[in-house]
Amino acid sequence: MNKVFLSCAEAVADVPDGAVIMIGGFGGAGGMPQCLIQALREQGAKNLTIISNTGGLAGFGALSGSVTITHNVLIESGQVRKVVASFPVSASPSRPNAFEVLYRQGKVELELVPQGTLAERIRAGGAGIPAFYTPTGVGTAVAQGKETRVFYGQECVLEHALKADYAFLRANRADTTGNLAYKGTSRNFSPLMATAARVTVAEVDEILESGCIDPEVVATPGIYVKRLVKR
Amino acid sequence: MPERLNREAIAMRVAKELPDGAYVNLGIGIPTLVSQFVPEGRTVAYHSENGLLRYGPLAAPGQEDIDLINAGGQFLLPVPGMAFFNSAEAFAMIRGGHIDVTVLGAFQVSERGDLANWMLSSRGVGNIGGAMDLAAGAKRVIVAMEHTDPLGNPKIVRECSYPLTGQHCVSLIITDVAVIEVGAAGLRLREIAPGWTPEAIQEITEPRLAVADNVKEITL
Repeated sequence: MNKVFLSCAEAVADVPDGAVIMIGGFGGAGGMPQCLIQALREQGAKNLTIISNTGGLAGFGALSGSVTITHNVLIESGQVRKVVASFPVSASPSRPNAFEVLYRQGKVELELVPQGTLAERIRAGGAGIPAFYTPTGVGTAVAQGKETRVFYGQECVLEHALKADYAFLRANRADTTGNLAYKGTSRNFSPLMATAARVTVAEVDEILESGCIDPEVVATPGIYVKRLVKR
Repeated sequence: MPERLNREAIAMRVAKELPDGAYVNLGIGIPTLVSQFVPEGRTVAYHSENGLLRYGPLAAPGQEDIDLINAGGQFLLPVPGMAFFNSAEAFAMIRGGHIDVTVLGAFQVSERGDLANWMLSSRGVGNIGGAMDLAAGAKRVIVAMEHTDPLGNPKIVRECSYPLTGQHCVSLIITDVAVIEVGAAGLRLREIAPGWTPEAIQEITEPRLAVADNVKEITL
């Protein structure tokens, strides 16, 4: 089965209104599927739910003078109904991102999740674990209304797995079977998201013939990847 | 009022708490400064929740690599012995009890060691990032902060009024005027900045401080 798509537009063409989309990366330029995001902006799907570490930041982890496209552009364009994130707003209150502006206007919803719980919920979603207990967040706003239970003297809160219709990732390189290798700190959420979506789309710097990535460095095995596109 | 320590001096005092060989996660703000001041002869391995263990100094302009950043979005230089991993593993290290010390900033710390550091109530929305996992999972949580807020209100309080990051998680508070231990019996004043008295520190601290018998002047 051919996984290689010739353009990002083609790779995101079937995203329907109301889709749940995981977006990889930590928030900065590295690991951010910038071309897929731009293509989705042009494609125009609405009422999206975005699951990502941030709420779309401009300038975080970006080289000075360069423009990083993040899911900020999908929020700005009004395509997003809900954001699931650990770091939704800019570090500086005086420079609000598009998410914060629309959130204050009641135009976008937020599910705020501690970062480790977010990672584990996505991991669980891809691994067939429906829910798990964690000590993170006990006694705080994120535990409100959730079941708690004491294990070995420690109170824990029940958190549910996250799944998505699509995951958009950026990896360093792929082979035609869909195996992915990442670079440096740009791995973060991407290998987890690849497992938790019905359709995982990877934007990569290069697509190699099968066998050209050392099996020892494959961080996302091709079984999880449906579509590849060279950026 | 006697002088208070500046941010660098707070970071220097914090650095003395990091044992040789420790795995350490530094938060944003004063905690970020700590790595510059680790006493000679000690090696500390830094963990960053974006999937990085052992990192070196910040990259100078022109040397930046978008694939090598810390959790604050700053560009780093590669160092020998570094390791990359995914976010689930980064937080398994934290929750699994493998991180010896985390140093975090705070809006408030309560007398029971509750920590509030993720949202100013006035903003109505905030970033949790990795703070709740670090508060719940690191073996030792050190708070580095100014003793009072910009309006002069105590930041060490009986009950946090800001939204909590974690309950009963802080073990040591290092401020611009004092070093305070959080124990089962409450807060214990261990060190004071030059020129300060335990009484003057009590005046800007809401809960009662027990004063250690051998209370010392902070040295850097």
